[in-house]
Parts: sequence; structure tokens; C-alpha cells
Amino acid sequence: MTDIEPDDTVDARGAACPGPLMDLIGRIRSAESGDVIRLLSDTDQSLTDVPEWAEEAGNELLAVEEIDDHNAFYVEKA
Amino acid sequence: MTEHVVIVGGGTGGTVLANDLADRLEPELDAGDVRVTLVNDDPDHVYKPVWLYVPFGQREPDDGRRALDDLVDDAIDLRIDRVSDIDTEARRLRFRGNSPPVSYDHLVLATGSTLEPDRIPGLAEAGHDYYSESGATDLRDELLAFTDGDLVLSVIGTPHMCPAAPLEFVFMADDWLRERGLREDVDITYTYPIQRVHGNPHIAEWARPLMEERDIRTETFFNAEAIDPETETITSMEGTELEYDLLVTIPPHAGVDLIEEAGLGDDGWVDVDRHTLEAEAAENVYALGDTADTGVPNAGSVAHYQAGVVGQRLASKIRGRPATATYDGKTLCFIETGMDAASFVEFDYEKPPSPAPPSEKLHWSKLAYNESYWLTARGLL
Repeated sequence: MTDIEPDDTVDARGAACPGPLMDLIGRIRSAESGDVIRLLSDTDQSLTDVPEWAEEAGNELLAVEEIDDHNAFYVEKA
Repeated sequence: MTEHVVIVGGGTGGTVLANDLADRLEPELDAGDVRVTLVNDDPDHVYKPVWLYVPFGQREPDDGRRALDDLVDDAIDLRIDRVSDIDTEARRLRFRGNSPPVSYDHLVLATGSTLEPDRIPGLAEAGHDYYSESGATDLRDELLAFTDGDLVLSVIGTPHMCPAAPLEFVFMADDWLRERGLREDVDITYTYPIQRVHGNPHIAEWARPLMEERDIRTETFFNAEAIDPETETITSMEGTELEYDLLVTIPPHAGVDLIEEAGLGDDGWVDVDRHTLEAEAAENVYALGDTADTGVPNAGSVAHYQAGVVGQRLASKIRGRPATATYDGKTLCFIETGMDAASFVEFDYEKPPSPAPPSEKLHWSKLAYNESYWLTARGLL
């Protein structure tokens, strides 16, 4: 369990790829620098999509948490 | 007692459904046991795929317009007004215009997509599009006068209408400029928000080599952040900056506000069961086409097939029978790969797409379908 307190959560469970990543990008777009967004996704593709995009965009993937049938990604906006 | 079905939205999904119900429920409509109302905020039905051809001078926007009154069966009540409020508890709609409120027993939302260029600074001023009638005619004027420089097509966000259309545009522009002897003087760049050139990996794998062969440059992981019309540059959230002389964009899309206000879903898309198309947050409410958040492409064929499913489910419920029809994600799509060649894909929730080799025959099939679309809208095809 992480103790990171997200500023916002995007629940993209049930969405097919690239829905979760696009939902995350959309929320990061409107976030402030330093905000932490938590993305909930149950597609395995997010395990590669999210780290790749976070690195490309210069944002930091703080943690990936495995919860039952989905993952929670914590991304801090640069 | 008369059961009232109200359909909001007179695009492909709403129009096909209205005509489907007129046919399917003919005895009940004749007997006055059922009433079907179609609400639209424009007296015309618009077939948006025509807009792709407008910038290349091949079609006129009027080719994609018909009066709803001519397309919709006389058994359907047609109301031209804009819904301002959906109350799913009271099962009632209110209108912006002079129409009195309407109560429903079954509600179908087919309100489609709207463009939101204002989300990106500079986009409304500098970007051209073929996702609106005025955008397509403005782009035609720009493209006809464009003889050299950087043509950038940027897909800004997904979902958007017709996921294949950005690929089609750059393939068509490449071919059109070659035919006119201008291609060597024009650099074409295509940008996409994720790490491949299309949301569907199978279509992306098919398109990427074609783009390389045609010398269409690609920039992936490019999420437009701002556009500077003065310096003619577009900058991404990922820190990439591109110069353009002609900028064509797929603007951000959203649904309509009243869906979120009614608590039916975010961004104007209704949360639905992706097989039954029934809203998750309210009873007796369906959504179809772009409005239904199913994860399948925002495409006319999707709206068409979903309308058939909703029509069957509504008829079953009205007749007191179990509703068994379900939507399996079926999507059909022609993809233009030039001015005289096209591919074709067919897929569903389980089966991925496998694009057909581009051919002239498929191009003419696409044009033939565009012509016969009006039979689809009437529920005949």
C-alpha cells in the first residue's frame, strides 16, 4: 500500500486501450504542476503505456500499486 | 395507455432508430398504443463523412444534408428543438425553445459529438479541420492555395469521430498533391497522442509502413498543448515543437453537457452496459452511437448496428417480452488510402481488425456506400 495522497483520481477501469492513457493525459492537461493524479486501469497495456508516456512527457510515475483486478498508477505532473 | 419513446438526436443513430421503430412497431403505432418522438436541434440530418472530400474539391457540404422531415417515417413525431434538461427520476425532458416539457417511458440518447477547439490555446484561430461543415469549406480554400511548405495534421485527443479519418486525410493529401505535381514541395507530418499512429494496434501496424512508403512523417506521443499562430508552431505536452504552414487538426471532442448534468456520465458520454446499451445510472434510458461510452469507434456503422439492437430491445419491452438482442461491438469501416484506393476493416469486441489490401474496388465501394447512405438513414439498408 502506498501512502501517496493523490490530488485527483481517474477511474478508467473497463476502458479498452488507449482509453486509460488518454484519460490520464486529459486529466494531467488540466492539472497544476506538482499535482499527483491516480489512474485506475484494469488493462495490462497500461503497465507499458503509462510509464512510457510519463517518461516522454517528463512527468514522474511515483508508484504502481496492484489492487485485486486492477492497477493504480500515481503520476506527478512536472 | 400509450407508451412514449423519445429519441434525442437526429444523426445516424437517432434517425436509423426512428425509422426502425416505425417499421418494427407499425401495428402498435397504428393502434395508438405507442408514440415515438424524435427530437433534433436542426431540421436537417447531416451525413458527416462527406466533409472528408470537401477540402479536395470532390464534394459539397450540401451533398451530406437532407431534411429530417423527408428522411423520417411519417409515423414518427418530429420535434425541432434543443433539449435543455433531462430528469430521469420524473422521466421528463425540457427544451430551450418554445416546446412544452415531454414525458417519456423510454428514452434514447443519440446526441453525438461536439467539437471543443477552445480547450487548446490558439487552435480556434490557427487550426483547420474537416470535422465541421465550415471547417471543411475553409480548409478547401486553404488547401487549394497551398503549393509548398509544411502540412501538419495533428490528432488532438481521442475519442474523436471516425478514428480512420486522420489517416485517410494524410493519404489523400499525399496522393492529391502528387497528382498535382506539388508533393516534392510539401512535407506532410502526422501527429498522434499515443506511442503509435492509431488507437487500434492492428490498424496502426498496417498504417505505419504505408506512411513510411509515402514519406509521411510521424510524431507519436504528441499531445498538442498550445498553438502560436504568430510563429506558426504547435507545441506538445511532451515538449516537441513543430512548425507548420498549413495546420489541420482533429479538435478535442466532447458530448453534450446535459448528459453530465443528468448524472448519466462524464464529458457528455453515457455510461452504458456495452452489450445492452442501457444506461447504468438510470432506468429505461439507452444511449447509442458516439453518445454511448462503449469503447468502440465513434463511427456511423456503430450507430447503425446499435440502433438495430436498441430497436429490438425496445420492441420486446413494449410487447412485454424479455429483451434478448445485444450489441457485439460490430464495426465496419472503409479507409481511403489515396484518391482512388481504399482499404476495409470489420471487427467487434472479440475479433480484431485485419485491414484489407488497398484497392480501387474498395475505393469505389466506399463512394457507392456514401451515395446509398440515405437508404441506411431511412432504415432500408
